[in-house]
Amino acid sequence: MPVALTLSVSFWSDQFVNGLTTGSLYALIALGYTMVYGVLKMINFAHGEVFMLGSFAGYGALVAMGGNELSGPVIALAILGAIIVAMSASVSASVVIERLAYRPLRGAPASPPHQRHRRLHLPPVPRPRADFRPREVLPRHLPRGSLSAGPFEITYIQLFLIASSVAMMALLYAIIQRTRLGRAIRAVAENPTNASLMGVDVNRTIVFVFILGAAMAGVAGVLYGLFFQTIRGSMGFIPGIKAFTAAVLGGIGSIPGAMAGGYVLGLAETVGRELLNELPGVNLGNQWRDVIAFTLLVTILIFRPTGIFAQRSTTRA
Amino acid sequence: MPLLDVRDLRAGYGAILAVKGISLHVDEGEIVTLIGSNGAGKSTTLRAISGVIRPRGGQVTFDGQRIDRLQPHAIVRLGLSHVPEGRGIFHSLSVYENLLMGAYTRGDDLHDDLERVYRLFPRLKERLRQPGGTLSGGEQQMLAIGRALMARPRLLLLDEPSMGLSPVLVETIFETIQAIRREGATVLLVEQNALMALEIADRAYVLESGEITLAGTGAELARDDSVRRAYLGEG
Repeated sequence: MPVALTLSVSFWSDQFVNGLTTGSLYALIALGYTMVYGVLKMINFAHGEVFMLGSFAGYGALVAMGGNELSGPVIALAILGAIIVAMSASVSASVVIERLAYRPLRGAPASPPHQRHRRLHLPPVPRPRADFRPREVLPRHLPRGSLSAGPFEITYIQLFLIASSVAMMALLYAIIQRTRLGRAIRAVAENPTNASLMGVDVNRTIVFVFILGAAMAGVAGVLYGLFFQTIRGSMGFIPGIKAFTAAVLGGIGSIPGAMAGGYVLGLAETVGRELLNELPGVNLGNQWRDVIAFTLLVTILIFRPTGIFAQRSTTRA
Repeated sequence: MPLLDVRDLRAGYGAILAVKGISLHVDEGEIVTLIGSNGAGKSTTLRAISGVIRPRGGQVTFDGQRIDRLQPHAIVRLGLSHVPEGRGIFHSLSVYENLLMGAYTRGDDLHDDLERVYRLFPRLKERLRQPGGTLSGGEQQMLAIGRALMARPRLLLLDEPSMGLSPVLVETIFETIQAIRREGATVLLVEQNALMALEIADRAYVLESGEITLAGTGAELARDDSVRRAYLGEG
């Protein structure tokens, strides 16, 4: 019997919390992939870089506001400011990407390609070559403690990360389900021609989709930096592909699917890593997470390309 | 000045020119119908008017303004609503949300308009929370017309509203079209069901292979021998 299975309850509850933490980041980023796919039937593979840019912009904002000198309640304000700056940076980048890389690929709005593209298309988006050196994310004086509830122990920063992610996703979900813009986005996702006959400006709505997805990625960038403490120019790649995997898991195009897919992937990775690390003779350590994620991605694409959840048209957006 | 004036309109898809230079007009308050066999270019004409496809040539003037270079969303804002072939219901949106999409261009109070749609189509009111895709064909057609009315259009383009419906439902839909006209809207109706269309239309055009071959009042065309042979199943 593998040793891990005999480990304490608190060990597994720690892994559970860790899974929720990375899962939150995956879910936030996955929303950008799934929403853009929903309206364009194209994958925005620059989205990982949008996340990275948000992270660096948030870092810059924290430094500008005093960085390591900050302490006490001012930190909360500084982090809020950093999140706003990160969202703005990610949104700006994403709007430019939409305008320069995606809009030329689409037909005129009057003859949208929505019915013809059912497979994943890889648009020729050049990967940003930003060579940002690793940076330590400030401030250092974040509260370091943790909270306990039964067998669960969660650090303040994890709690903050998960709570902010859930709050952002709830906000996004409310926008999609309850507002005029959200209805327009769902209508365009289902049929752009018919949406335009209702008076919806399809191009403008697609820009808003990029904006909403990028805002989520910007928040994820700041949360990533605060949690892992180090950010680098290449940081968008692996989380980007993982978040894409999460979106595919949940059924690409589906907003609740991307959220759930993020958490399923986060938990599968962390729990799976601990189980597989007990295999004798194979010493992959943390790399098991990538093995698990990409095995899942390939398996899903082969056997269930519409995602692991029963796909109902009402959940798409 | 007619509400809608189409001059020498040419439109098509790829290498195919489906509409080969037609002219027609619709005056305020009229029901005008465009009849013709399958593939004659009826739907293409409506799609070119509402901007879904860009006309290859000719002019479309709505309420004195050229609209043949405008995008569909801009045309809707001018007061021209198009209920497309196949109804164009958003299957994943609820019936209520579909109605709200109809009023997308408006920012004012919708209460009276919703009540009007419920009065015209009581069955929709019972199904407000259902996804549009769960409605029957007849209910979807009611929703499509009701949704178009939510925009308070001055001109309504209807593409084959009777398609796939039972005779009783066709009757209901045509009665509704007349009711809508009595309430002040103008209608351009495309139909394969020529008999019904000519019965309610003030004027009619016959479209054959992308060209208008006959025009007149609904009653005149209903009496015309060639029309009776070709479209009314006689001779």
